Amino acid sequence: MKRTISILLVLVLVFAAMLTGCAPKAEPAPAAPETPAPAEEPKAEPLKVGFVYIGSAKDGGYTQAHDEGRLYLEQQLGDKVITMYKEDVPESSECEKVINDLVDQGCTVIFTNSFGHMDYTEKAAQAHPDIKLYHCSGYKSGPNFSNYFGAMEEARYLAGIVAGLRTQNNTLGYVAAFEIPEVVRGINAFTLGAQSVNPKVKVKVNWTHTWYDPAKEKEAAKALLDAGCDVLAQHQDTTATQQAAEERGVWAIGYDLDTRDSAPKAYLTAPVWNWGKFYAAEVQRILDGKWKQENYYGNMKDGLVDLAPLTDNVAPGTQEAVDKVKAKIIDGSFYVFQGPIKDQTGAVRVPEGKSMTFDEIMSVDWFVQGVEGKIK
Amino acid sequence: MIMPITIRAIKKSEPGRMKAASIRIGAIILALVASSLFILLLSLNPADVYIKMIQGAFGTAYRIKETIVKAIPLVITSLGIAIAFKMQFWNIGGEGQIAIGSFAASYFALYMNDMPMPLMLTVMILAGMLAGGLWALIPAFFKAQWGTNETIVTLMMNYIALKWVMFLQYGPWRDPKSLGFPKIANFPQNAVLPKLLGVHVGWVIALILVVVVYIFINHTKKGYEIAVIGESINTARYAGINIKKTILIAIMLSGGLCGLVGMIQASAVNYTLSVEITGGVGYTAIITAWLAALSAPLILIVSILFAALLEGGSYIQTVFGIPQAAAEILQGIILFFVLGSEFFVRYKFVIVKKHSAIAEKGAD
Repeated sequence: MKRTISILLVLVLVFAAMLTGCAPKAEPAPAAPETPAPAEEPKAEPLKVGFVYIGSAKDGGYTQAHDEGRLYLEQQLGDKVITMYKEDVPESSECEKVINDLVDQGCTVIFTNSFGHMDYTEKAAQAHPDIKLYHCSGYKSGPNFSNYFGAMEEARYLAGIVAGLRTQNNTLGYVAAFEIPEVVRGINAFTLGAQSVNPKVKVKVNWTHTWYDPAKEKEAAKALLDAGCDVLAQHQDTTATQQAAEERGVWAIGYDLDTRDSAPKAYLTAPVWNWGKFYAAEVQRILDGKWKQENYYGNMKDGLVDLAPLTDNVAPGTQEAVDKVKAKIIDGSFYVFQGPIKDQTGAVRVPEGKSMTFDEIMSVDWFVQGVEGKIK
Repeated sequence: MIMPITIRAIKKSEPGRMKAASIRIGAIILALVASSLFILLLSLNPADVYIKMIQGAFGTAYRIKETIVKAIPLVITSLGIAIAFKMQFWNIGGEGQIAIGSFAASYFALYMNDMPMPLMLTVMILAGMLAGGLWALIPAFFKAQWGTNETIVTLMMNYIALKWVMFLQYGPWRDPKSLGFPKIANFPQNAVLPKLLGVHVGWVIALILVVVVYIFINHTKKGYEIAVIGESINTARYAGINIKKTILIAIMLSGGLCGLVGMIQASAVNYTLSVEITGGVGYTAIITAWLAALSAPLILIVSILFAALLEGGSYIQTVFGIPQAAAEILQGIILFFVLGSEFFVRYKFVIVKKHSAIAEKGAD
């Protein structure tokens, strides 16, 4: 018994020593701001901005693209803002709880980054009328609740051109998350882009029903490779699809971020997001007192979406083909969803000379001809 | 000559209270030391992090409420699991019973919701408890009838239950207004448990159940019979206890409580059914029930502390900007030592020399 007590005492001492050991390290931190504090007093409190992420901030894809935007915001606005983020927030009531937690911690501006966060963000917006909420990729909004997203279809179309020129057997694969308009729109744009340079091309779709699950994504990619696809595209948050392609010695197109290093032999390019500019501009507007509720749908012209630089893995002549269309997209002379467009049954959905309206592409629930897959 | 020596763990006959307490305190100190090393690796100050963890769980009225909301399902599920464990029936099926309970309650909330609120909620509670109880009854029946291994059967049935909910969410119950996103429609307002003092009334239910289960286990004949079966099935047989019947009743109660958790989580927290409804509570509650030595009052305390650990861990993640994984490692380290200490409370190590009898090397 005595010995046990003495061991405990030693442990307590060790622990105490460790804490005191850390103390000097910690002390300068509070000490430093103390002295200049009186001088800075008139300065406004920094604005606390919260981010709610569906995946890990280092997922190598979708969430990381948002997190790079957050870091850009911090870098641009310096000590005028403090940012916080919460990772792996599921598309359930947990999202609402995390928003409440961030509000409790002083955030007055909050961004949520996944489609399924929408209803919970809306709920939180109604509960906190003084907080500004932003939801990425949805369609709802309210007095203090805006949605923001972008015309990824433009970059997807260009990615389709890259894939259509690269494929040797005219069979492309697409690892896709959920059967919602955002994903369907991307698959259609990709297919139309590929067909514009290679009319014989087919796009096989495999659904994973997850945004972020490297193991499932890879399994889905392998199934497409087994079905003969030689270029894979993805609407998933990680690089698992690209790695599957790399292992089989075929090609892949990433998403969200330039991830050339994760699959150096397979990676061709990726449709990418540049969230930083939007985040910085939006928060700056709030700081300037010029905020008003507004939904945002950015595009390639704004620089919100882009096609990452092509690697040496692309087919010859790809750069020229991409540049030509990209210039037209930016100057407004080309629109991805302009007729004639046929659906999977061969029926003309968008006649020659007509274009799909914004509302139509926001609620699209049919595939264009050449897609092999089912919605629902 | 080299003497072959092995170290063996021997079950202690009667762990002394003082000794047990000192082992537990030692474990907590060790946990703090080990997590401090990890926190130092993240170049943060451990004292800071611990203080923030406590603040994150109890720092404001809002955070206390959130900790309580986290604790409610843990308390009730732990109570349910404790009844089964008391009988040495290893019910690992809390997850599945929660899922099935929430499924049954959701059916009424979604498709037969033309009722006034008190009736609606009563129907949902009964449906959830009945469904959870019946789901648990399947492995109990197999065990009572043919002596199958309930650990395996309850565990496997979790997957069936969760996949069933997933099937509904992706298929027949998918909200047509969700534009293809796999989500079940939210419950109407009359199917949502009301709040009392800022927290949904699940907390009242949990408190009542703590008292009820305590009385049931300690002061009723059935409760005593359950304990006897757990201690020795032969004794129970000699005493003339109807073993089959008692097993079935106890497990029906155990599963019923888990099913009730499903109803509460769907109605008050999630406002609908989803595959995320269980949140791993069915497994976490095994830890809390065990740490609380299957005692109802202790379950209440342990569950609140556990909820505080979860809430605090979540809080430090945003405050210090550390990854979710790092916060989870911290929780894991603390849990590892606390659970590990239970082993040392119950067992002691002795050195066994091959040719001699057991030589005790006691510290006291």
